[in-house]
Amino acid sequence: MTDPHATPERPALISPGYTSGTVTDKISEVVLKKTPRWWYAGFAVAFLLVMMLLYAIAYLFAKGVGIWGVNIPVGWGWDITNFVWWIGIGHAGTLISAILLLLRQHWRNSINRFAEAMTLFAVGCAGLYPLLHLGRPWVFYWLFPYPSTMGVWPQFRSPLVWDVFAVSTYATISFLFWFVGLIPDLATLRDRTKNPAARIIYGMLAMGWRGSARHWHNYDSAYLMLAGLATPLVVSVHSVVSFDFASGVLPGWHSTVFPPYFVAGAIYSGFAMVLTLAIPLRALFGLQDFITARHLQNMAKVMLATGLIVAYGYMIEFFLAWYGDDPYEVYMVANRALGPYAFQFWALIACNILAPQFLWIKRARSSPAFLFVIAIIVNIGMWLERFVIIVTSLHRDFLPSSWGMYHGTIWDVATFVGTLGLFAALMFLFIRFLPMISIFEMRTMLPEAKVEEEPK
Amino acid sequence: MSRAPRVYGLMAEFRSPQELVDATEKAHAAGYRRMDAYAPFPIEAAWEALGHHKSRVPLLVLIGGIIGALAGYGLQYWVAAVAYPLNIGGRPYNSWPAFIPVTFEMTVLVAGAFAVLGMLALNGLPMPHHPVFNVERFALASRDRYFLCIEARDRKFDPVVTRNFLKSLGPTEISEVES
Repeated sequence: MTDPHATPERPALISPGYTSGTVTDKISEVVLKKTPRWWYAGFAVAFLLVMMLLYAIAYLFAKGVGIWGVNIPVGWGWDITNFVWWIGIGHAGTLISAILLLLRQHWRNSINRFAEAMTLFAVGCAGLYPLLHLGRPWVFYWLFPYPSTMGVWPQFRSPLVWDVFAVSTYATISFLFWFVGLIPDLATLRDRTKNPAARIIYGMLAMGWRGSARHWHNYDSAYLMLAGLATPLVVSVHSVVSFDFASGVLPGWHSTVFPPYFVAGAIYSGFAMVLTLAIPLRALFGLQDFITARHLQNMAKVMLATGLIVAYGYMIEFFLAWYGDDPYEVYMVANRALGPYAFQFWALIACNILAPQFLWIKRARSSPAFLFVIAIIVNIGMWLERFVIIVTSLHRDFLPSSWGMYHGTIWDVATFVGTLGLFAALMFLFIRFLPMISIFEMRTMLPEAKVEEEPK
Repeated sequence: MSRAPRVYGLMAEFRSPQELVDATEKAHAAGYRRMDAYAPFPIEAAWEALGHHKSRVPLLVLIGGIIGALAGYGLQYWVAAVAYPLNIGGRPYNSWPAFIPVTFEMTVLVAGAFAVLGMLALNGLPMPHHPVFNVERFALASRDRYFLCIEARDRKFDPVVTRNFLKSLGPTEISEVES
């Protein structure tokens, strides 16, 4: 009989020769054995950047948003660019864990765990920005509906309020999904660690997981339910983020193509970030047997496909400006391509449309180093895209008398680089203390996991 | 009262999921009901072999979703039409299309919370300790071994007969589980 878990023609998702025991050991040993030296070095750099972020935030609280480059007319600058960029990155994690689960794409099993962690940390970084840019961040709780002594309530017809609900729901569900996925692996760590303190901590987090048939049955059901709930959620989050723009009347924002175009861009940048993380991680921990060339190729293909959707979005913006013949829209498009931000615009076209075209070539998709470079370029391109969308529409709107220019300051840079450090620091802690690949889902893909249904 | 350890059940250890499912089916056929099969990953056939079929998690999720939807829409209606009515561009106070996104988010939020908390509650978690952990080799249940435990409270349970029955299933080891 042929092995139904191995696909003919294509390489296997786990290198042959692994058993349930060796898969468990290989993944859990990353957590259980001694901390490698490079980890300390990497974490130290990330930690310094976190300190810089805290400094930038403290200075912001003391001085106000004036330390940033924002002005009138450009009230949204790097802060909202970073918010949209980070939240977009999160989307790939949910896509991998939820949508690919529902589509029975088994290759997701070796990348979903750290992609979910990436989502969680990216959403955390994203969540900082709307709060920081409030001007009075200490009253951020006014965003939530609560019976205040002022007697006022949020305005539920505003997309900005939808955003509060969308992002906080997304953060909560992402956390739940990630944590539920971790429970059986925490039980594995509890059973395998030799350190008594670690055993107690992992044991408490695993909540007494025994892996009984009843546990697994309810677990599978809940996991699928969460995947089903997260699938429309992930589409809704970036749609709602795009409503923040699309429901404004500014040329370049007021467009119905925004929700799908934003969602595709989010997945695009998210997969770029997954590749950015996966390629060094598999090399550093020697996990090439689990995160194989086929995984990288598949992710490259998703990146290419979503990149093309994003390119279509840019095209439609230009087409509709011409076809709609609204002088402000036409000017906005001309200003993007030829105005003071033309460099950023053409850089984004080069990063987001031209660079991924190399992924049509199989040899390019098969080279981890090359993929890593493309992924970094796409990350940069997607940041530029959000910057161009936000700033070029704001800086020259209807009245030339109110036109202006925007430049980020050193504090904008410090805050952005600081969140990169925060993200990296959280990732470092995650790979050190939790299994970065879902062990139990890897076990299900082994040939030995197959059970014949017996006719009774 | 004697402090001698009471028996929770008898546990047989197997090497493969196939052996576990076959053994569970035989135990069920032999009339045992109070038992559980332990494995390092989900095996749907093991759950069916225990004589069960449905999970109640989906129902809980549906209930959570309905609560979330009603609460989400209700909150917005109450805020916008009762507690703090504002005329925004002449739109009706109950401008339902604008209330859909938050209603949707609340539906997903409460349904998701019900899925997770419901799963934990149905599994009786968190439960810091359980008699099966008294068996030292049970630590391998989260690695690569498969266990079938017939509990002492089963009506057919008998320390000797059940042990002999488990032996006939060809396990690698049989342990007594102290409670």
